[in-house]
Amino acid sequence: MHVRLPAVFYALIALFALCAPWVGIYPVFMMRLLCFAMFACAYNLLLGFGRMLSFGHAAFFGFAAYITSWLVTAHAAGPGSGVAGGVAVAAVLGAVIGGLAIRRQGIYFAMITLALGQLVYFVCLEAPFTGGENGLQGVPRGTLFGLLPLRSDVVMYYVVLAAFVATFLFIRRVVHSPFGQVLKAIRENESRAISLGYDSNRYKLVAFVLSATLSGLAGSLNALVLGFATLSDVQQSTSGEVILMTLLGGTGTFFGPVVGAAIIVTLQEYLSDIVGGWVTAIIGVIFVACVLSFRRGIVGELEALRLRRFGVTAKEPVAPT
Amino acid sequence: MTQIFGIPVAVILGQLMLGLVNGSFYALLSLGLAVIFGLMGVVNFAHGAFYTLGAFAALLGLQYLGINYWASLVLAPLAVGLIGMVVERLLLRRLYGLDPLYGLLLTFGLALIVQGSLHQVFGATGQSYPVPESLSGALNLHFMFLPLYRAWVILASVVVCFGTWFVIERTRLGATLRAATENAPLLQALGVNVPLLKAATYGGGVALAALAGALASPVVLVNSHMGESLVIVVFAVVVIGGMGSILGAIVSGLVLGLVEGFTKVIYPEASNIVVFVIMALVLIARPAGLFGRR
Repeated sequence: MHVRLPAVFYALIALFALCAPWVGIYPVFMMRLLCFAMFACAYNLLLGFGRMLSFGHAAFFGFAAYITSWLVTAHAAGPGSGVAGGVAVAAVLGAVIGGLAIRRQGIYFAMITLALGQLVYFVCLEAPFTGGENGLQGVPRGTLFGLLPLRSDVVMYYVVLAAFVATFLFIRRVVHSPFGQVLKAIRENESRAISLGYDSNRYKLVAFVLSATLSGLAGSLNALVLGFATLSDVQQSTSGEVILMTLLGGTGTFFGPVVGAAIIVTLQEYLSDIVGGWVTAIIGVIFVACVLSFRRGIVGELEALRLRRFGVTAKEPVAPT
Repeated sequence: MTQIFGIPVAVILGQLMLGLVNGSFYALLSLGLAVIFGLMGVVNFAHGAFYTLGAFAALLGLQYLGINYWASLVLAPLAVGLIGMVVERLLLRRLYGLDPLYGLLLTFGLALIVQGSLHQVFGATGQSYPVPESLSGALNLHFMFLPLYRAWVILASVVVCFGTWFVIERTRLGATLRAATENAPLLQALGVNVPLLKAATYGGGVALAALAGALASPVVLVNSHMGESLVIVVFAVVVIGGMGSILGAIVSGLVLGLVEGFTKVIYPEASNIVVFVIMALVLIARPAGLFGRR
């Protein structure tokens, strides 16, 4: 059961998002934030609604970034086809990695995705088209559909915003669809779902591929925004970050991952000026604090508070087994 | 000079030797992981961080306190094991009874804290521990040179691994440990201090990782990132071997190290990924792992 956030709240957020480039917020920062919010929402589809803890999601984000950058630089593809290529490859990669990982559950699933993500990292390090340690630099944004000049930060911003809104609404739609309901049933009790006749592996694989595809979209757009794809996009630490964003904001809530991504990206942007290299350690502390004391995440705890007013006890997102 | 497939035998043996050294570290680390998981149901993501801490403990002990190599092989695991027990008492204990995924996430955060702090304090460049004099040099076996230190690493870790296996499978203490895995509340009712047992197990498991770190410190660069990618390989080893089996963890660690060394000879580009590829193949053929029970 989800208590809806007040419409006023959504309207304020939407107003802020629409005005952001005009009120003095650095647009590249906002675009990075949106890309990671998209990434976290995609991740949440898997962890929050399918209860699959993937430790290798940077593989989809980063590999799509590489493919898009490669298509745009080496093959002079437009931004539209570049992003489409990146997303398609992420979907295929998702099918391969997901197909292997869903053969095991729980912690094994986490370890397998971690290992396969590292495999993708080494491929990106050594493949001939990825530029090794340097990554792919100088990726041009080009003109979208021959109409929109993405070189302008403002135009690019609205394109990214549109992609984010589309992703967000799509995930809502998926979760509320019959497919999403079955996925949640599998999350709650896989054996029961199987005994009811659902082929749980097929549902889990579809969820995995959807999540990988949308992560790829986020990665492709991020590469266009920044103008480069580097090894840090495919690194294990990026997988860790997206887990933290989702966990911190609230797994299994719609808006939580957005909040988590906003907090972490802002921290990385501004905290590194103050504390320098301590950022990694601080992120670790947030992780520990999150796991120990507010497992529902920020939005999840707020929802639980609202529910408690109506006398309902909310469940923890990943319930004890 | 004798050759196989156009590669000198001495080169092949040298690489296999290196592979076996890596395999020794895999075995020590995956053994610790298996012991911790077996008793506590925690997948210890911080295992690589404790390995790094072990190496740092040895190095700093030498530089600041003048502790010699042999003493540090005992003291570094002891110190790190104590840290592990404190971590278990203060943090991990709060997650018992919850989904094991939370333990994984907590220890992941711990690993970030340890690695981030070490990076900040000691920088990104590393240094090596000097090879102790009694173990420097190499033996001439006529068909190859055998560096003494590498031979020592293999010997030491094999002895420690099988020693641990013996303690767990063949002694009274081990029987108590195994009883705790089967039914902790019942064991507690019989008067065994199970919370202490769990703390000691976690401490012991991470002490094994620290021992691997101290053993590795003369052959690798000691820096904050040395355990970061290693722990991922060890996870793959554990998936291949199946986490339920102590012996499986040891054997698959050693064998996969060898396979990696062999890959370095015939197709060096793939040596980084061969363990992951084998993991994928095992998942297709035998999802429960080679030694695992479903």
